[in-house]
Amino acid sequence: MSELDNFRKEVKEWLDSNCPKSMRAGADPDTPIDEVWGGRKAVYKNPDSKIWLDRMGEKGWTMPTVPSEYGGGGLNKEEVKILNEELFAIGARSPLLSFGIWMLAPVLLEYGSEEQKKEHLPKIIKGEIRWCQGYSEPGSGSDLASLATKAEDIGEHFMVNGQKVWTSYADKADWIFALVRTGPKEPKHDGISFLLIDMETKGVSTKPITLISGKSPFCETFFDDVKVPKSNLVGQLNAGWAIAKALLQHERAFISNFGLASGMGSKKDIISIAKKHLGEENGKISNGFYRSEIASHKIKEHAFGLTLQRAGDEGGKASATASMFKLYGTEHNKKRHELMIAAMGTDGVAWDGDEFDDSDKNLTRSWLRTKGNSLEGGTSEVQLNVISKRVLGLPS
Amino acid sequence: MKLILNEEQQFLKDTAKNFAEERTPVNHFRSLRDDNDSKLWDMDIWQEMVKLGWSGILIPEEFGGSNFGVAGISVILQECGKTLTPSPLFATGVLGAHAITHFGTEEQKNNYLPKIVSGEITTAIAIDETSHHDPLKTNMSAVLKDDAYILNGKKVFVVDGASADIFIVLARTSGNSGDNTGLTLFIVENNQPNIEVTKLSMADSRNYANISFSDVVIQKEDILGDAEAGGEAIENILDIGRIAISAEMLGNAEAAFESTINYLKERKQFGVLIGTFQALQHRAAEMFCELELTKSSVMAAMQGADDNSNELQRLASLAKTIAGETLHLVSNEAIQMHGGIGVTDEYDLGFYLKRARVVEQIFGSSKFHTERYANISGF
Repeated sequence: MSELDNFRKEVKEWLDSNCPKSMRAGADPDTPIDEVWGGRKAVYKNPDSKIWLDRMGEKGWTMPTVPSEYGGGGLNKEEVKILNEELFAIGARSPLLSFGIWMLAPVLLEYGSEEQKKEHLPKIIKGEIRWCQGYSEPGSGSDLASLATKAEDIGEHFMVNGQKVWTSYADKADWIFALVRTGPKEPKHDGISFLLIDMETKGVSTKPITLISGKSPFCETFFDDVKVPKSNLVGQLNAGWAIAKALLQHERAFISNFGLASGMGSKKDIISIAKKHLGEENGKISNGFYRSEIASHKIKEHAFGLTLQRAGDEGGKASATASMFKLYGTEHNKKRHELMIAAMGTDGVAWDGDEFDDSDKNLTRSWLRTKGNSLEGGTSEVQLNVISKRVLGLPS
Repeated sequence: MKLILNEEQQFLKDTAKNFAEERTPVNHFRSLRDDNDSKLWDMDIWQEMVKLGWSGILIPEEFGGSNFGVAGISVILQECGKTLTPSPLFATGVLGAHAITHFGTEEQKNNYLPKIVSGEITTAIAIDETSHHDPLKTNMSAVLKDDAYILNGKKVFVVDGASADIFIVLARTSGNSGDNTGLTLFIVENNQPNIEVTKLSMADSRNYANISFSDVVIQKEDILGDAEAGGEAIENILDIGRIAISAEMLGNAEAAFESTINYLKERKQFGVLIGTFQALQHRAAEMFCELELTKSSVMAAMQGADDNSNELQRLASLAKTIAGETLHLVSNEAIQMHGGIGVTDEYDLGFYLKRARVVEQIFGSSKFHTERYANISGF
């Protein structure tokens, strides 16, 4: 048996004895489902969610390619493929959703000091610390580099003052990675630093923002004379913009992948919705106008999925083309929701009350939520700027 | 199935790129267009392609071909598409070669395949009878009489039909227009007096013909595949053709796009490069995304064809839809962004627009394939 065959056997056996039944396909449908984000404040409706996270975290398999000295799985590409195949085979639930894994860990591996990697990566991988992202500010949206939250040198520490906005789940997070202005006199891109801040530090506070969907996944985050140890600076002083951009590429890749693969927003199938609400004849959606629009949409979805696959096969690292995936993935997701609610007619815009199914009401809110997809992580227009300048080399 | 080229395919693509740039730049097409007597492709260039082995890419080694597959011939057509290279490669090296290799009898293969490989004959496939592609709407009749078939009817818009030595003809041996049964394919040699070939003048200045058959007698052994089973065979042949022509369309679009991006980087108005204007930048970036989706769709379809994917039909319709829409978009935007120079005959760009609208129709428009995609997908 080859080494890889052995590895597959080990993985199978380990999963067999360590993946709780309720975390696999075929679990009792009445088992409560947790969206596991980890962290100090985590609560679990199903205790198995915690067990599954702890076991996967201990193996380092929530970040299988990270070296084991930082708590990762230390696996090579082939082994990761096998692990994913075996997880897929038993229909295992994702043990951990994490901005730490998707965004921070990749830049810590590239830019962090040895101490920072040893301190933070294992806690990210085990889901012990939940991270949030402090980028946007009230006056700095698409023009992120104009940010004003300042960090002053006061000896051993930085003194941080200012406000962040659109901080996803700041009220539930333990730490925040933030962009701060450390060089007020430098040109705007050259005075920014990348700082890690414990949310329990005195002077940090958060306030949820209610969205048009009625939900509050985002917060405002305030820093009022917050003292942050200098050892929490990632990379060099005033050299945070390069790190910020690297992280944005990971974020964009994640948003586009997540948007398509896991059906960001509603996972409902547009074809069954259309058949149910518009009727079908001989297996075809009865209304030809909707049918042709849905077909065009499905064709684009197919082609986009193949493009993600091709990027993987080409071994593409996160690069400027991440902007294309972010742009296309989010615009496509918005369109998908628009088509779904249109196909549902007035049921597609149900808001509340017993006259409507929960799933219809949820779809209305998902539809509204998707409007943020093409704003967060850089608007679609910013992505178009990035593509035209960095990919096509058009002049400024 | 990996969505990348293997070494062999990359080599064919590189070879074709050099050939197209050196031997058939767009001026080659222009000179053929301007020559009223030409058949709109050049025999010497075709023989050079034959020497490179391109006529035999889809033909097994035992008949002299290389069997490099649909992806192999597609990347060649993609590169040829960049310079609008006219040749019988699509009608002969894709359609004729695939049809006879897959559905021919041993005798037919022995008779025709070596001649295709050697460049001795070219072929054309005669399907449509109206201005909209629809194989099921075949009316042309083939009636069995004394052990032979009598062919009557008219085929239109036959690609490379004005010069082909051999026609593969779809005819109805039973049933009515619209039925997917009762269709049969015939191999018909173009050496009979009651076949009338009328050369067409189309916007893209390529080789097409209408062909009338009146009481043309065809022997039973000239049936391609099984009698009455032509409906399935033709879909397979067409799907391979749709994939290959989608690759050529991708090449057309890539070239028009590249020319446009270069123009945005050199043309000045209001004292600045027009490529600094965001109104143009964003449209260019959107075209870039559509081209990336097209590359992936064509790649998946051609690799799927070589992998005997059971998704062949869906992938072919996907590729032809996306390639058609992207080429449509890029050919229009290229003209608009080039401004006045783009609508002059002296400049090459107009050739791409004219080619685009014609090739979009070959073997089904994007609308045709969007509906087919929905039908296959079960909605």
